[in-house]
Amino acid sequence: MTVKEVCDTLNAKVICGQEHMDRDVHTACGSDMLSDVLAFVKDQSVLLTGLCNQQVIRTAEMMDIICIVFVRGKGPDRAMIDLASEQGIVILTTNHRMFSACGLLYEKGLRGGGSD
Amino acid sequence: MSVSIRLSYTVSSDDFTRAGEASSDVKGKLKKLGFSPDVVRRVAIVMYEGEINMVIHASGGKIEVTITEEEIEMRLMDTGPGIADIDMAMQEGYSTAPDAIRTLGFGAGMGLPNMKKYSDEMEIDTKIGVGTTVRMKVVTK
Ligand SMILES: Nc1ncnc2c1ncn2[C@@H]1O[C@H](COP(=O)(O)OP(=O)(O)O)[C@@H](O)[C@H]1O
Ligand SMILES: [Mg+2]
Repeated sequence: MTVKEVCDTLNAKVICGQEHMDRDVHTACGSDMLSDVLAFVKDQSVLLTGLCNQQVIRTAEMMDIICIVFVRGKGPDRAMIDLASEQGIVILTTNHRMFSACGLLYEKGLRGGGSD
Repeated sequence: MSVSIRLSYTVSSDDFTRAGEASSDVKGKLKKLGFSPDVVRRVAIVMYEGEINMVIHASGGKIEVTITEEEIEMRLMDTGPGIADIDMAMQEGYSTAPDAIRTLGFGAGMGLPNMKKYSDEMEIDTKIGVGTTVRMKVVTK
C-alpha cells in the first residue's frame, strides 16, 4: 500500500511530506507508548498514534518510519512539522479514533508484521 | 585500516522536546559513514532510550560515542539518583516514571529491556546518590 492509499483510506489530511505520497508502506504500528514503538523493528512502517509531541517525531526518525498518522484530529506544532520535513517523514492527521483507523487499514490489507 | 571516531554530547534535562538530539546526530553520522541500516537503527534505538532515561530519571548527563569499523560503543554517564535494584529495573514493565512522563509516551518500563535486546553488550554501573553509567556496544558484523 502507498502512503497515498493510507491517506485516502483514513480520509486524512497531509500536513507535510506531500512529495513522498507514492512511497510503499509494508507494516503498521498503533501505540501511545513510544517504547512499544521502539521495540517494533520493521521496515517501511506507518505509525498511528494519539500522542502528539516532538518525541513522536524523534521516535519515528530512530525507527525509519515513513509516515506518522495522528488520530482523533490531533495537530502537530511547527517544530514537529519542521523536524518531520527535515527527516522526510510524512505527517497525516485523521479524525478517526485509533481503533477505527487501525481497522480501516487492516481491512485494506495492511498488517502489523508480527504474529497478527 | 583502523579509523576511530569519537563524539561527545552534553544532554540537558531542561527541555524534554530536545531529548534525542544526540541520538539523532549519531544516527545521521553513522548513515553517512555507510553502516548498514540494521546497525544504524539498533544504535539509534538503544542510544535514544538511554538518552531519554538520562533526561527523565537523572538530570541529563554526558554521552560519549566511539565509532570504529567493527563496533559502535556508547557510554552514557549521569550524576542522577542511581538505580537501587538493577535486576528489577531490567524487568519489562518496571518503571518509576511519574504520570507526567507517561502522558508524553515514556515510562512503560521498556527502555532498559529494549537497550539490552538491541545492543550486543550492555553494562550498567550505578551507585545510589552518585549516578549511573550505561555502556553499550553494537557490533557491525
Ligand atoms: N539513568 C538512570 N538513572 C536513574 N534511574 C534510572 C536510569 N535509567 C533507568 N532508571 C530506572 O530504571 C527504571 C526502568 O527504566 P526503563 O526500562 O527505561 O523504563 P522507564 O524509563 O519507562 O521507566 C526507571 O523507571 C528508573 O527507575
Ligand atoms: Mg526508559
